[in-house]
Amino acid sequence: MNEYGPYGGHSGHSGHAGYDEQDRPDGPGGPGTETAPESAQRPAALAPPDAADAARLVSFGLQPKLLPARDAEYAQLLRRYREEPAFARLADAVATGLGLVVLEVSPRAGMAVTAAEDSVFAVRMGDYARRATSDSTDRFLHGLAHLAVAALSFPRPEDLADDGYVGRISVNGVDAFVRQACRRLEERAEKEGENTDPASDAPGLEAAWRVYTRRSATGATKDSRRLAGSTTGIVAKAAAFLADSGFLQRTGDDAGGTYRTTARYQLQVRDMAGSAAMTELLELGVVPVGDGSATLLPPPDPDALEPAADAGLPFHS
Amino acid sequence: MTTAVSASSPGAGRPAPGPAADEGLARRLRALACTAPLHDLDARKANLAGEYGTYSMAEVALAAIDLVTLHMDFDTGADHEEIVARLLPRVAAQAPRRPAAEHERVARWVLENLINVGSVDRGFRAVYGTFGPDGEYVRRDYDFKLIEEVPGPGGGVYLRTTDEAVNVLVGALDTDVTSAQIAAEVKLEVLVSRGRLADAQLAAEQARYRTVQYAETLRRTLEATRRNVRAVDWLNAVPDMIAEALDHVADRYRHENAILTNIRRARDEAPADKNPDHKLRAAELVDIVKDCIRRHTQLQSRLLEAGPLFRAEQDRQAFAPPAAAIGLDLYGQLLAPLLPLPVERAGKVTDAFFARGTGLRTPAAVRLGDLTEMLLTPPAPREHLGAEMPEPDLVATPDDSRFSEEQMEAARELLELPADAPRRLSGLLAEARRRDPELPYLVALLAVHAASPPVGTAYRQGERRLLFAVDDGTELDDPEFGGADLVVGTALLDAAGMAADRTEVAS
Repeated sequence: MNEYGPYGGHSGHSGHAGYDEQDRPDGPGGPGTETAPESAQRPAALAPPDAADAARLVSFGLQPKLLPARDAEYAQLLRRYREEPAFARLADAVATGLGLVVLEVSPRAGMAVTAAEDSVFAVRMGDYARRATSDSTDRFLHGLAHLAVAALSFPRPEDLADDGYVGRISVNGVDAFVRQACRRLEERAEKEGENTDPASDAPGLEAAWRVYTRRSATGATKDSRRLAGSTTGIVAKAAAFLADSGFLQRTGDDAGGTYRTTARYQLQVRDMAGSAAMTELLELGVVPVGDGSATLLPPPDPDALEPAADAGLPFHS
Repeated sequence: MTTAVSASSPGAGRPAPGPAADEGLARRLRALACTAPLHDLDARKANLAGEYGTYSMAEVALAAIDLVTLHMDFDTGADHEEIVARLLPRVAAQAPRRPAAEHERVARWVLENLINVGSVDRGFRAVYGTFGPDGEYVRRDYDFKLIEEVPGPGGGVYLRTTDEAVNVLVGALDTDVTSAQIAAEVKLEVLVSRGRLADAQLAAEQARYRTVQYAETLRRTLEATRRNVRAVDWLNAVPDMIAEALDHVADRYRHENAILTNIRRARDEAPADKNPDHKLRAAELVDIVKDCIRRHTQLQSRLLEAGPLFRAEQDRQAFAPPAAAIGLDLYGQLLAPLLPLPVERAGKVTDAFFARGTGLRTPAAVRLGDLTEMLLTPPAPREHLGAEMPEPDLVATPDDSRFSEEQMEAARELLELPADAPRRLSGLLAEARRRDPELPYLVALLAVHAASPPVGTAYRQGERRLLFAVDDGTELDDPEFGGADLVVGTALLDAAGMAADRTEVAS
């Protein structure tokens, strides 16, 4: 526990600031429970030991690879969270104060918390990959790798919605999938006679797919490791990082490494990342059309950029 | 190259250069750019430390592209080391007096430069200018690769030639895969029927390049199909595509078999004394067309696999109970709309996804006291050789063999029979008994084994002789053993013939 010691003082400031910004589900309940319970609650006041327990539960949540089924204390605290609303609100308040967002508290996912924006727990691109800070192309490729891993982990909207779904991916599979998508755009551009070579003085206007196509898929290195700058290297880094976050579990070494998804990853993608990226995309003025159902039927408009549009069928036309 | 020039020259020849003419020019500039890395090799060889002027680097590079193209298999690609090894004879021929290490250095240098190992993208970039529709002059970057590195199934890295490289190599720029293949084959047939085999070989090699290219395109398609079932229109497009491809394979197969028959006839009927070179060329041609057929067969088996795979995936995905809530379609609504955007804007979306999708990291926090100590601790010396191996404590196991080495040797010597003089087991036993009372047991054992000789093993290993034993009904009269008095002999095997058979089977 002492490793969280330094944050107690630090997050006290940012925590309060962050707390005000948050949608306040607990209202004054969070800080209120420490001093006086609400009148609607049972008279049993929550004491400092309860606060310690709540903080302990949050600290379990900060260890994403820890499963409630493997730890009796964790499981017991989870049960208390689900059975005692006052304790639950206390734990939520502790999490919010630390700059965390509670996604779900359940036996399958445990205390699933994630870092709020600007929290000390947030992952920064600069810490993730050093080149990404200086090179916007690399920055994009690293982000795209994470998006592609998620897209292939939950290929259909139903898979993302279905709590029992476990996705399986491989590093080479993700790379090949994105490459194929890029290839289709390349073919379409070719068919329309469009010149996609970017202007030399405006590299930022280069189409995103071209950046991916241009980067080599793999490469031999002197020490027979994976070439870090290649696309499989970038995807492998994303997968390994997600595995480290408890979002993926490594299942084998085939095809550059195979992984399966965890409940936490599904929550993270569904409730946080997907909507955040979607908002950003809408702000750019791109409105992806779709009724949310991906079916095996051919799309009504073959030119729409739906996945079903003549996917990878260069010989059909 | 000439094809592209002639195809686009009408546009380029117009008096007023408009966007259309410019497009033809841009295409030729890009085609020209693909050859630049080869010229560049010869220009830069002076910068290498040493006397490399005698080597013709462009020639080595073209040979390398040839080799990689021909070794590209359906699943993987060409092996880096193998390509280097196959390049060596050509490099060595250019400068026979130089040491072999230098030859290898040259081969590696050329191959690495074709991959362009030094750059992040491992590719090349050429800058060219075009006039936009509004008459504005824009400089553009053209990125291309000649040889690319792809991941293999075992985690290895393989080499593949890109379409650009194949187009530069076969000299036909901007041509349709299918029609070029048909054209090459028709040309071959005509050439063969007219007996112009030298040209026919060239055409056959071109046909093979086309076949490889075609298989490559289909491989990509099938891979996409396998990955993302819902991405494919399984009602119409896929069955049509598979049927088309199967028709195509069947068609090519018929075609190539006809060619094969023709060339074989040309090979066998050609008078050997008139033109031996002719016969040799026809034989080479047979190999090339055989290879084409092999590749087509491989392609066909892939096509046949696609159907069952689809049905299995469809079962899993389409017939599962529908979820109550419908989530976000990550591919259709996020990834697909993202890719056509300019990278500047797409980066904002991926940044948002990254920031919210990576979860959390507990930052490491150290106390100042610990930090000072950590910084002052000298790094632990790395053991380059690893831990010392303990001396293994070996215990001699008692030799519990029934027969000693000497006895085995004696028995072998006894059974070393001339091929034309088999002997009775009774005689062998009697002779063995005179040498050593234990020996008859070993001889009898070996003789019984020889009654069912390991013909298959001997065939595979290319043995020259084989011990055999036959029962002709005579009763064995011996104080220690009973049974049949076997006739033991040695059969001579035709090792050279068997080796030839094996290669025939393997091919």
